[in-house]
Amino acid sequence: MSGLFHRLATRPGAAIPFTIDGMSAEARAGDLLIAAILLHRHSLRRFEFGSGERAGYCLMGACQDCWVTLADGRRLRACTTPVEPGMAVITGGGDA
Amino acid sequence: MPEPRVAIVGAGPAGLRAAQVLAEASLRPLLVDEGHRAGGQIYRRPPPGAERPAAALYGFEAGRAQALHDLADALAPRVDYRPGTTVWGIAPRDPDGFDLECLGPDGHGRIAADRLVLATGAMDRTLPFPGWTLPGVFTLGAAQIALKAQGMAIGRRVALVGAGPLLPLVAHQYAKAGATVVAVLDVTPLAAKVKAAPRLAAVPATLAKGVWYTMRGALRRQPVRSGVRAIAVEGAARVEALAFEDAAGRRHRVACDAVGASFGLRSEAQAADLAGCRFAFEPVTRQWQPERSGQGRSSLPHVYLAGDGSGIGGADVAELQGERTALTLLADLGRPRDPAREAHLDRRLARQAGFRAALEAAYPYPHHLVEGIADDEIVCRCEGITAGAIRRTATERDASEMNRLKALTRTGMGRCQGRVCGHAAAEILARTLDVPVETVGRLRGQAPIKPIPLREPA
Ligand SMILES: Cc1cc2nc3c(=O)[nH]c(=O)nc-3n(C[C@H](O)[C@H](O)[C@H](O)COP(=O)(O)OP(=O)(O)OC[C@H]3O[C@@H](n4cnc5c(N)ncnc54)[C@H](O)[C@@H]3O)c2cc1C
Ligand code: FES
Repeated sequence: MSGLFHRLATRPGAAIPFTIDGMSAEARAGDLLIAAILLHRHSLRRFEFGSGERAGYCLMGACQDCWVTLADGRRLRACTTPVEPGMAVITGGGDA
Repeated sequence: MPEPRVAIVGAGPAGLRAAQVLAEASLRPLLVDEGHRAGGQIYRRPPPGAERPAAALYGFEAGRAQALHDLADALAPRVDYRPGTTVWGIAPRDPDGFDLECLGPDGHGRIAADRLVLATGAMDRTLPFPGWTLPGVFTLGAAQIALKAQGMAIGRRVALVGAGPLLPLVAHQYAKAGATVVAVLDVTPLAAKVKAAPRLAAVPATLAKGVWYTMRGALRRQPVRSGVRAIAVEGAARVEALAFEDAAGRRHRVACDAVGASFGLRSEAQAADLAGCRFAFEPVTRQWQPERSGQGRSSLPHVYLAGDGSGIGGADVAELQGERTALTLLADLGRPRDPAREAHLDRRLARQAGFRAALEAAYPYPHHLVEGIADDEIVCRCEGITAGAIRRTATERDASEMNRLKALTRTGMGRCQGRVCGHAAAEILARTLDVPVETVGRLRGQAPIKPIPLREPA
């Protein structure tokens, strides 16, 4: 399935490899974690208190709708965290 | 006597101008900002690696943006600047200072300050509508941030919905950047903008640009539709379409994969709340804000306020208030005054206030959206609490005040601390009880005002 975000400006920086649910993906230097994920997927995780999935909302660190879990146990606010090489994101969603 | 330690919270236009004045007076203020780079919301700078030319990022505000970024860089040696640092708690310290609880790149820390300048800005004001929790629905501000900070659009076919000048502005920025915008929907009537136009013409200010785009039809490829009602996002697992009713009552449905929607701005005032500032209800924008005198004083002797965090005024006002507030602080410290500079700022701020009133009149509050919120609609995005639960609690359990509603339903207790749901919940509660919205009060801020992760990003 296709991602949500759409890159408009080319990014000269280095490619950053990371994974989403074990599948390899690529981001660019300067990408925030939320953007890196949403370029490939339509959501970040399942909603804990009901049905459906969540993909963030405010992009400014206010709504807390963008928390994601990494395989190493870290929980990060994806809209204020730059993507790093080797991050292993677990969405728990069926959105392959 | 040692120099007093002044802490500025927020490095947007307001905080940066305040820092400049205090640095000029050799006070070396502390400047704490959650952002990784100074600039605040409107002049947000992309993270390293994602930089683009100022003209591409900020359009007609490029000059001001550049000036503020240059200021931030020039100030660096003269302020104690702490980027990427969130103030999550503020506690009074005897006899009259404050302890700021901070979380930054190096972990937790407590910073003592004798005086505070709170310049915490604003966020989008949101209201629930069908489908607003689907992946792909963002705030208008988020749509702008994706573009400014990441050079990305929130989708491939984007619909934008709003009730303020941010709407035509973002629509213009998206179109200019090459994004596909399939609808620009203003939920306030065109008549209000036509009526306010003569007064708006008086002052050229950043936020007015958007109104001009609407008025002149400058968005030729995608005109703004005004007076839109009953918006609803459709989709199974993600956004597939946006349905709405036009001003003439006709239903429409536009296929899209992302929606940017919000309805004005609300002050980010939880830091002022923790500091103990007195709040007042602002009837035009229907929100509680910390009381701010024209010179920048709060209700407390050692706490000062500037920018959108204490009243929605936009970027130009934020800069002027930042400067004015810092001058007041210096005067209170017994430093020599510059009456001409103060008077000049006061005159410019007075002109801006008149203009701001016209802008608010151009975008009246969208009551019809609140009236249309169905019982099964989620109000609290954090924990999925519905409008029906709020209404039932109001009538059956005698919740006539926001903090009681919070205790009984958990509305406003989730991770966002009521930033997203607080406004809508108050409007729903007041309508259910048939009382003016100010009588239900406001959610009190509680530390931590932002969630503190157990493990910090490296
Ligand atoms: C998403 C968004 C987009 C906007 N776009 C425009 C626009 O295009 N044009 C326009 O005229 N206006 C725009 N506005 C309105 C905008 O708020 C003002 O124009 C201007 O940015 C206000 O300046 P400020 O200094 O008051 O606050 P801001 O610029 O918002 O700066 C406040 C700063 O304080 C920081 N902060 C807040 N709380 C804390 C805390 N607890 N700890 C540490 N730091 C904290 C924030 O991270 C931020 O950096 C926008 C607002 C938003 C929310
Ligand atoms: S998207 Fe709102 S906090 Fe990250």
